[in-house]
Amino acid sequence: MARLTAGVGSSHVPLLGVAVDQGKTGDDYFGPIFAGYEWTRQWERDTAKPDVVILVYNDHASAFDMKIIPTFAIGCGERYKPADEGWGPRTVPDVEGHPDLAWHIAQSLILDDFDMTIINEMDVDHGLTVPLSMMFGAPAAWPVKVVPLAVNVVTYPVPSGNRCWALGEAIARAVESFPEDLNVQIWGTGGMSHQLQGPRAGLLNREWDNRFLDALVGDSDAARHIPHIEYLRETGSEGIEMVMWLVMRGALGPKTRCLHRHYHIPCSNTAIGHIVLEPAE
Amino acid sequence: MKQDIHEYLAELEDIPGTRVFTAARARRGYWLNQFAMSLMKPENRERWKAGEQAYLEDWPMTADQKEAILARDYNRCLDLGGNVYFLAKVFSTDGLSFAEAVSTMTDMGFPEYRDMMLNGGRSVEGNRSIKANRAANNEGTD
Repeated sequence: MARLTAGVGSSHVPLLGVAVDQGKTGDDYFGPIFAGYEWTRQWERDTAKPDVVILVYNDHASAFDMKIIPTFAIGCGERYKPADEGWGPRTVPDVEGHPDLAWHIAQSLILDDFDMTIINEMDVDHGLTVPLSMMFGAPAAWPVKVVPLAVNVVTYPVPSGNRCWALGEAIARAVESFPEDLNVQIWGTGGMSHQLQGPRAGLLNREWDNRFLDALVGDSDAARHIPHIEYLRETGSEGIEMVMWLVMRGALGPKTRCLHRHYHIPCSNTAIGHIVLEPAE
Repeated sequence: MKQDIHEYLAELEDIPGTRVFTAARARRGYWLNQFAMSLMKPENRERWKAGEQAYLEDWPMTADQKEAILARDYNRCLDLGGNVYFLAKVFSTDGLSFAEAVSTMTDMGFPEYRDMMLNGGRSVEGNRSIKANRAANNEGTD
């Protein structure tokens, strides 16, 4: 049977992709950010070795425009190309899907009362490819297959933290009933505090972000009840992306153990947060 | 329903210097955002760069929206229903980084904004709630 072995949380700032693509990951600005991912890169390569990553992210007006706004959408395609976000597509490998697992999860979720949108064709933007770069560097081909899970965090209302957490729980049930022996991870991406718009732009909140990271570890489920307005007030308008980390946290079950954690301010307009969790007894 | 939609939407308007992308803004800015989206295609970017005004003629945007885009007045674009992820296609086409474009919406120049970010970003203190700020100001003047 497939096993959900670990969860990863990570920011997905587009500038991190630029740093990787232009070989700047060791300079004074980016060095401290990438140093905090060293542990994870080694762990993914030598210890964890996942077959598939369920990658929870948001599309930034790339695959989805205003025509169609799915709240939760799952990619069931064979492969996905990097999107052209206005400066040409990133020169990273295509992302290979896992249609068997993805369709199994999609069907299971729908029977489990989550009315998913199914995507067979789309391009994937920095929300999905930057976390892959952070965890795997710049390989000729990504070492995992990916099930993209896109969450609307752009047009309000976005899904509640509680609903995201429950979706994670349902994803875990779906993975565990997939008959093939697969090592599956789930990643929640986006955040942490940042605001990209209006006179309040540039807001960061180190203290709140770290309390959020604390709340993902152990047996508390308090984070699922944080209301949207708290993310908006405390972490900036784009800090709302952190609800996607709750899909990951929910999927890991009642209790987690923290394997690695990293926090750095700033990257461009954003606070970088990163955590590696595994389910605990 | 867990939370009353009217209360929910009212709270979203209580954040200083912030326009949350509600359905009302999404409706108002529909064509503004769809226009911006069109700049994801290289052939459209070329046509846009060759003549911005002419390019906008193809889009059913309001005169205000067209003016705001031509002026790169991003705060006005937000007021007219623009969303930053869509507007990003415009400033990316201009060759601006996210940080530089975002700084134009604040009362700082880019170097000052960049320094603020390096020093830990804008503080949340005094930036949480319009109502709370108003109440605090009234107390101060009593």
